[in-house]
Amino acid sequence: MKEKFLDAFKEALELEDESVSFEDILADFDTWDSMSRLSLIALLDEHFEVEVSDAEFDDINTVQELFELVKKRAA
Amino acid sequence: MAELTFEHIGISCMAGAVPKNLIKNRDYTEHFPADAVKEIVDKTGVEERRFAVEGQTASDLCFAAAEQIFEDNSLDKSDIDILLFVSQTPDYRMPATSVTLQHRLGLGKSTAAFDINLGCSGFVYGLSVAYAYANMPGIHKVLLLDGETRSKVYHPKDRKTGFIFGDAGVAAIIEKNENLGESFFSLNSDGSKSDLIKIDAGGYRNPSSQETVVEKVVDEYGNIRTDEHGYMNGADVFNFVLREIPKNIKKTLARAETTGDDCDYVVCHQANKFMNDYLAKKLKLDKSKVPSTIEKYGNTSSVSIPITIVDQLKDKLSGKKKLLLSGFGVGMSWATAVLPTENVKISEVVEV
Repeated sequence: MKEKFLDAFKEALELEDESVSFEDILADFDTWDSMSRLSLIALLDEHFEVEVSDAEFDDINTVQELFELVKKRAA
Repeated sequence: MAELTFEHIGISCMAGAVPKNLIKNRDYTEHFPADAVKEIVDKTGVEERRFAVEGQTASDLCFAAAEQIFEDNSLDKSDIDILLFVSQTPDYRMPATSVTLQHRLGLGKSTAAFDINLGCSGFVYGLSVAYAYANMPGIHKVLLLDGETRSKVYHPKDRKTGFIFGDAGVAAIIEKNENLGESFFSLNSDGSKSDLIKIDAGGYRNPSSQETVVEKVVDEYGNIRTDEHGYMNGADVFNFVLREIPKNIKKTLARAETTGDDCDYVVCHQANKFMNDYLAKKLKLDKSKVPSTIEKYGNTSSVSIPITIVDQLKDKLSGKKKLLLSGFGVGMSWATAVLPTENVKISEVVEV
């Protein structure tokens, strides 16, 4: 699941050719904006049937935190 | 539960109008740098929009569409018993714009006229009202007008909304037709999400004042607007659409005992290209059945479904067809319809 999540995350932020670690901070990515949020919402719906609200995105700091939320909801 | 069914009622003709004033989005770099604009256009798919000029309103666009529909179909104005105007950008706070249109269009004083204040779901809601009236004995024709000048609602310095919305107006005639089978409507509301798309001030809860017209920075991205401009929480609107719309479409198709494949065309509210493409993919719709005008007109709120029909399905609705319509947005409010049609006469889109 970790890999599938990371693939979706990289696709949403157009970071396919870059290395992303779970400790990375969302706000530090240049492509983390309202548009990539829409991409991520679509990919999380498609692959995990999970919904993350705008306010939850605001509260999440790292890739790891987002993954934990998705894992909890997908279960 | 607002699950409605009608029989022997349908749309007989349609016309549309857009402002001449063409905005090419990639050149719309007055307020944001070209690379930021490119990124937005690539994602939203809105290449061009039409902006009403100063003094031009939604009712002007609907007036032009209505004149076209009368002319092209040689309609007798005395057959129009009901005039409906769907819009959230009326001419005045009062009187109702529909009443001024009754006079402008030269319709008789025995015409019922009223406004319907809904956004992206508005055309399907308006149709359901038109069908309900057309269903009554003694009613000849219902004139459904639907117009928006959303370009005047959003602030050009708010990138979340400044590149998406455009202006248009349509006219449709709804009347009895014994050859048509059943039409199915599902109408829905969720006011707990009223702050997802909203204009905070300028109504009677927060009346216009010197403070409500002050431009201010509203988020960490530096977007600017006043309290009298619209705002949109795009992420949560998308979450709402994914949660409610496929479910509602499936439910309505099931009630109509049909499938997406059986429908000739599926016309969805034109929100933005990304959202529409994902919705079509999620519903496994054949892309050739899903017409789009997001590229040339942008998001025109309630007008996006009918202007897409007028612009893309002209000459394609001869004979018997089946349409699936899905409108969703501000409210939140959403509506789905499965409609049989027969020989819908569609006029060329007029520029005014």
